[in-house]
Amino acid sequence: MGLALLMALFVAPEDADQGVSQRIFYIHVPIALTAYYCFGLGAWKALRLLWRGEERYDLESYVAIHQGTIFGALTLITGSIWAKASWGVWWTWDSNQLVLFLTLFLFYCAYFMLRFSLPEGPRRARSSAVYALFGVALIPVSFLAIRLAEDFIHPTTFTREGPQMTGTMFATFCVAWAAVTLLAYVLYRVELAGKRADRDLRELRELLS
Amino acid sequence: MTYLSDVAALTRKDLRVELRARDTLPAMLLFVLSTLVVFHFALPEGTGESAAYGLLWVAIVFTALLGLARAWVPEHEHGVLDSLVLAPCDRSAIWLGKTLATLVFLLAAQAVALPAFVLFFAPLDATALAGVLLADLGICAVGSLVAALAAAGRARELLLPLLFLPLAIPLVVGGVGAAISPDGGRYLLLLALYDAIFAVLSWASFEYVVTES
Repeated sequence: MGLALLMALFVAPEDADQGVSQRIFYIHVPIALTAYYCFGLGAWKALRLLWRGEERYDLESYVAIHQGTIFGALTLITGSIWAKASWGVWWTWDSNQLVLFLTLFLFYCAYFMLRFSLPEGPRRARSSAVYALFGVALIPVSFLAIRLAEDFIHPTTFTREGPQMTGTMFATFCVAWAAVTLLAYVLYRVELAGKRADRDLRELRELLS
Repeated sequence: MTYLSDVAALTRKDLRVELRARDTLPAMLLFVLSTLVVFHFALPEGTGESAAYGLLWVAIVFTALLGLARAWVPEHEHGVLDSLVLAPCDRSAIWLGKTLATLVFLLAAQAVALPAFVLFFAPLDATALAGVLLADLGICAVGSLVAALAAAGRARELLLPLLFLPLAIPLVVGGVGAAISPDGGRYLLLLALYDAIFAVLSWASFEYVVTES
């Protein structure tokens, strides 16, 4: 786990020296991909919860989505910085991925609102799980919708200039990708452990009082 | 066949409650008309028809939200939902009944709003109308499930728009696209796809929203 953090912090930026605006690519894209599988994992756990009815999946689903939202927010921030660096604006509706992430970010923020407005218990677990499942269905549908929406919102599509990925760049990208994935996994485990300890502590306190 | 008769009975119940109390529909009608009037003043002169189509969709989504916010209120006020869940019928029939009743309200509101829109702003062609119908299906299917989710929480009026609007974005894209794009068929396909995916998902997951354990 320590190694994963070291890799994420040092190895990826060290190799990333192919131009200033390209550099963020190694952080931005892996973060975005990681956010996707966090959402996917959250939905998978949610499905397991509804299927099997085991309570532990609720916390796992919640933590995965929490990580996904954090990575999603980071994607928006790094994407915005990248947009400023290479296109000269902080925000552009041209980029499908950014718009998709904004939609998903709003969706998963609503997920937290839903979760925190319900009293704790199986009902909350199920409601959150159902909403999390809606999220994964929303990802491809929104992607399609945003692709189509380009036609009438922006008739000209933006083609990004820049070189094809060479061998070293691809290697760097893979290292960064692996590092961010590991980082996400570590954070997931840490948060899960923290939340479980929290819950156990609360139960103990209730028992004692 | 009992499933369908359950659904029909539930839809009839909702419609009858509305006919007697007249809580939702007059509000939706007034709301959509006032929205259109507000849009007339919000749109600067010479903005063109495209902007008006966009605003029509804003009006439709918010009118639907108004109806959806009221959708489960009678059930919660009188504790009907618990009895419905206990009743010997498939739980998804409750969702389908509510979806159909909401659809009737929304269509009734649009029966006034769309002619008003044509009168005030711009004409609507067959593709645009098909887009409205398909999007209505999606709005009601997803909306009645999300409204049931929101109704269980605190501050449900606050929660529903937050839960619903991100899910409605593809519908708005499809609806606006069908109205203004020369190649509207693709947008209708998108809407149909959305309806199919989310209707199946809502149908399958509704049971988990209303049952306790």
